[in-house]
Amino acid sequence: MKQNIHIEQKRDNPSSTSPDFCHRARQVEIVSFVLNSEPCQVAVPSHWTLLELLRYAIGLTGSKQGCDKGDCGACTVRLNGQPVLSCITLALDATEQHIDTVEGLGMGGTPHPLQNAFEECGATQCGFCTPGMMMSAAALIENKQKAEQTNISRLEIATALGGNLCRCTGYRKILDAVERAWAEMS
Amino acid sequence: MLRLQPFELVQPESIGEVLQLLSTHAEHVRIISGGTDLVPNLKLGSIKGDVLVSLQRVDELKNLKEADTQLVIGAGVSLHTIATSKLVQGTVPVLADAVGKIASPQIRNMGTLGGNLCLDTRCRYINQSEFIRSSFGGCLKSDGDRCHVVPGGSLCVAALSSDSVPVLIALGADVDIIGPEGERTIPVEELYTKDGVAHIALSSDEVVVRARVPIPAAQTRITYRKWAVRKSIDFPLVSVAVRIDHIKGSPDILEDGRVVVGVLGPQPKILRLSSLQGQPINEEMAHKVAGIVSRRCTPLANVPYSEDYRKLRLAVEVKRAIRSLFI
Repeated sequence: MKQNIHIEQKRDNPSSTSPDFCHRARQVEIVSFVLNSEPCQVAVPSHWTLLELLRYAIGLTGSKQGCDKGDCGACTVRLNGQPVLSCITLALDATEQHIDTVEGLGMGGTPHPLQNAFEECGATQCGFCTPGMMMSAAALIENKQKAEQTNISRLEIATALGGNLCRCTGYRKILDAVERAWAEMS
Repeated sequence: MLRLQPFELVQPESIGEVLQLLSTHAEHVRIISGGTDLVPNLKLGSIKGDVLVSLQRVDELKNLKEADTQLVIGAGVSLHTIATSKLVQGTVPVLADAVGKIASPQIRNMGTLGGNLCLDTRCRYINQSEFIRSSFGGCLKSDGDRCHVVPGGSLCVAALSSDSVPVLIALGADVDIIGPEGERTIPVEELYTKDGVAHIALSSDEVVVRARVPIPAAQTRITYRKWAVRKSIDFPLVSVAVRIDHIKGSPDILEDGRVVVGVLGPQPKILRLSSLQGQPINEEMAHKVAGIVSRRCTPLANVPYSEDYRKLRLAVEVKRAIRSLFI
């Protein structure tokens, strides 16, 4: 219920939700969607992106804002299980959909196998691309498990992570980490 | 941070409502579907939108089916669906391949075929921040009166960077367009004009509803080649679809063919190979076709990488395409 607490806090203190952009809104709508398996309702200006909704209205700052125009993949979240770029998806497009962010993978004492693998393989350096990488990788692993495929190749992982840029690691350790997580999860 | 300017978003649930909205909001109305091309352009301010009409909830645009000898793909079908659909892979594999080369997995999940058909033209002088654009005084497509790519030019030459369009033209596909006067069907190539500012030959109250792709016959072979700096995310810098029809019964003699080249200007360039009819399809033909393409196509300084390199690269890609099809 952590997310709902955040929303209540923001509602009590509306000045914290970027007043500059709220008061200029031409239209404000209530978006109901399922966020990390919890139902969630937020009022949002129609010109906000899904990333702005997550970061500024709900306070989930795990999804990062990188290029902010759909090039880098740092803002990747999952929309009905498929990775999408939240910085170029309109917040209202989330209406009645399932959204999963990196916070939904695992928090605090219960990390997801991907999160463990990223740590063990040293796949994060500055860490800015990591949430996006994990969301793309989680979608790949789940899709493959659903299709009951038992093998994963480096090329498949690289293709699935093709929309996520990393300027630190050189990608090798990230591919290692996804392979390790796959081995652990299957 | 790039914020969107406030706009009104309407989310109709049928094509009828969409048409009505388009006719009532004439000023600065934009159609948005996946938004993967429009939203970045709105953020950069190269496109203005007061009212956005979203097609996300219009389910009638999301059909993908085989009808007689055609594949009918709704404009709202996602690029991911087309690239991974068993139906498309089985009937028109070249389309699945080309669509699978568009941008990144995340963008293919949101982007739609209609959006890729109506992709805005791109140019190194337009796809920049407002600050950079104003530093050289704007251009024909962005609050200015001159072209920086072709000095003295009066028509914008921004490039159509769609990966699906060259393939659809090579396949001889049509698009269905709906407007206030009803539906009409035109070949894909007639959707584009020579003017990069208004390169889609539709009026503001018309919508592309579906593409009709003829399933190629056994003697037709088509391939698509894209060259970009990175294999993922990037728009193509060289993009070419090659179609070769061989004579029935003799698979090494050319009957007809066409080469469709993208990313030159606002219009894809179509070169017909009928003059080579009856000639053997071999390495010599690959060189001949590459020579024709190279002579007839002039890459401009509208996208990154030098024009000379892209011209040479185009010839190489054409040769490789023909080799991959026959030799």
